[in-house]
Amino acid sequence: MEETANNIQTEELKPPVTSVGVIGWIKGNLFNGWFNSVITIVTLYFLWKIVPSFIRWAFIDSLWISTGAECHQAGGACWSIIPANIRFIIFGFFPYELQWRPLVAMILLVGLLYYSQNRNHWKKPLAYAWVIGLFIMGLLLKGGLFGLTPVESDQWGGLPLTLLFSVFGLTAAYPLGVLFALGRQSKMPAIKTICIVYIELIRGVPLITLLFMSSVVFPLFLPEGITIKVIIRAQIAIILFTAAYIAEVVRGGLQGMSKGQYEAAESIGLSYYQTMRLVILPQALKIVIPPTVSQLISAFKDTSLVVIIGLYDLLKTTQSTLSNPEWMGFSSEAYFFIALIYFVCCFFMSNYSRKLERELST
Amino acid sequence: MNEELSTTAELQSFDEKMIEIIKMHKWFGDFHVLQGIDLTVGKGERIVICGPSGSGKSTLIRCINRIEEHQKGRIIVDGIELTNNIKNIEKIRTEVGMVFQHFNLFPHLTIVDNLTLGPIWVRKTPKAKAEKEAMHYLEKVHIAEQAKKYPGQLSGGQQQRVAIARSLCMNPKIMLFDEPTSALDPEMISEVLDVMIELAHEGMTMIVVTHEMGFAKSVAHRVLFMDFGKIVEGNTPSEFFDNPQQDRTKLFLSQILH
Repeated sequence: MEETANNIQTEELKPPVTSVGVIGWIKGNLFNGWFNSVITIVTLYFLWKIVPSFIRWAFIDSLWISTGAECHQAGGACWSIIPANIRFIIFGFFPYELQWRPLVAMILLVGLLYYSQNRNHWKKPLAYAWVIGLFIMGLLLKGGLFGLTPVESDQWGGLPLTLLFSVFGLTAAYPLGVLFALGRQSKMPAIKTICIVYIELIRGVPLITLLFMSSVVFPLFLPEGITIKVIIRAQIAIILFTAAYIAEVVRGGLQGMSKGQYEAAESIGLSYYQTMRLVILPQALKIVIPPTVSQLISAFKDTSLVVIIGLYDLLKTTQSTLSNPEWMGFSSEAYFFIALIYFVCCFFMSNYSRKLERELST
Repeated sequence: MNEELSTTAELQSFDEKMIEIIKMHKWFGDFHVLQGIDLTVGKGERIVICGPSGSGKSTLIRCINRIEEHQKGRIIVDGIELTNNIKNIEKIRTEVGMVFQHFNLFPHLTIVDNLTLGPIWVRKTPKAKAEKEAMHYLEKVHIAEQAKKYPGQLSGGQQQRVAIARSLCMNPKIMLFDEPTSALDPEMISEVLDVMIELAHEGMTMIVVTHEMGFAKSVAHRVLFMDFGKIVEGNTPSEFFDNPQQDRTKLFLSQILH
């Protein structure tokens, strides 16, 4: 008897069952108050209606490898559209027997990006690796040297084109944007005015307009006999557009810097260029990593707008597949697939930005 | 330790001129912040400037290394006149060290990198040599063990000592102090003042804007009182504190000395 009494005394008091564990969590988060309870019930009802039928469509009744005709017979998702057309979706009109070249180029790109993730690798050899890597990628796409059959740029398409626009667009737009941001802060009136006019003009115009201008209006001003490939014009439009937005993001970071930092840098004799490079930009750019990355992510997705000037990027090749009578009507499946590709890329970008932020925090 | 620094009742004269300011004016917009400053500072002279806030004392020393630009009159530092010539400005800045009220360390760099930034990029000193010198100055301000930390991990007094070491790394001929202890918690003031006193022992030319009157009495050759953009009065510490001439000085001293 005494033993039990002692046991009761030393036993720790636990919180009531209804406030911890699964039940506690449900009570606290889903059914606290009549309003939240109603929302929970309505949500559950919709999930009940949607999820099982989606799973049935996507996984149970679906066909993964079949012809289009078989798909039309079946009731579920026709994922077969993707394996059946994968090479056109990914590579567009790139000559069929040469498609290993863009494939190798993309693997090279992903490899370089992956290796560059680690900040310990940010040394001179990596810069050389990028220069050589980009040269090889260009060579693989274009051909014409070392016995590689030349492929005109209007035959480029699909994922390589999207990645090309993104990688060049983002890497060129970022430094350009930083320059415009610095220019906007400049004490020299001419430079300041030019930068403000540029940034405000570009920001006042949709990207579609810029792309149209680059493909339709711009060639009218070129002298006779000189042509610039549409792919390059589109690339430049993307760079100029993204740079203006980056410039405003970076300006936000620059304005967050205290005057004391400039004064301290000046007082030890650093020049303007050194002050910016060594003191101001490392701090300002770090502050604006989150908005910069969301800007870059949105620029990445905006590259899909090049469809409107007739370039066959990933979105356009997918659409073309859908106009084939055999596969007509399976647009959901095809769009699911490219949405997945876009999502994976964007997810890695935002993930990496968070990693970078953590590493740079002091 | 103060006896070595004891200053005579009479104004010491210095053979070599380090700073010469002649009829210097400055405006902030319409506000006439400095109204005709005349000041000569000798080599090795230590000057304390005091005065009510807004009297222009910080602006005056900020003009000496051109963090602020003067609009009229002349400023000559170690024989070089401050003009719009950017080369002259950069040269003077390497000879004039400045310590700020809010330390202004570079928060993204470690302590030792804060110190070596100037020597490596401005003086083109090799990295290893610059780091060795940086450690020497960190030892001098009694903070060598913090070399690998970031400024945010240090207390205010430690940060200000790092800031002094950062200026010393450039081997300046003149040190300017802009209210170096005003942003510090009371218990940290003396550790910073001690470093400044050690510097004074080595014969550094110093201009210090401060309200630390104990420091002024023991270290300064000359104490200047500024009000409304003018130097109202300047004298040896003993004369200045015991026998002020101007009414405004008397009023100011009675307010701060109780």
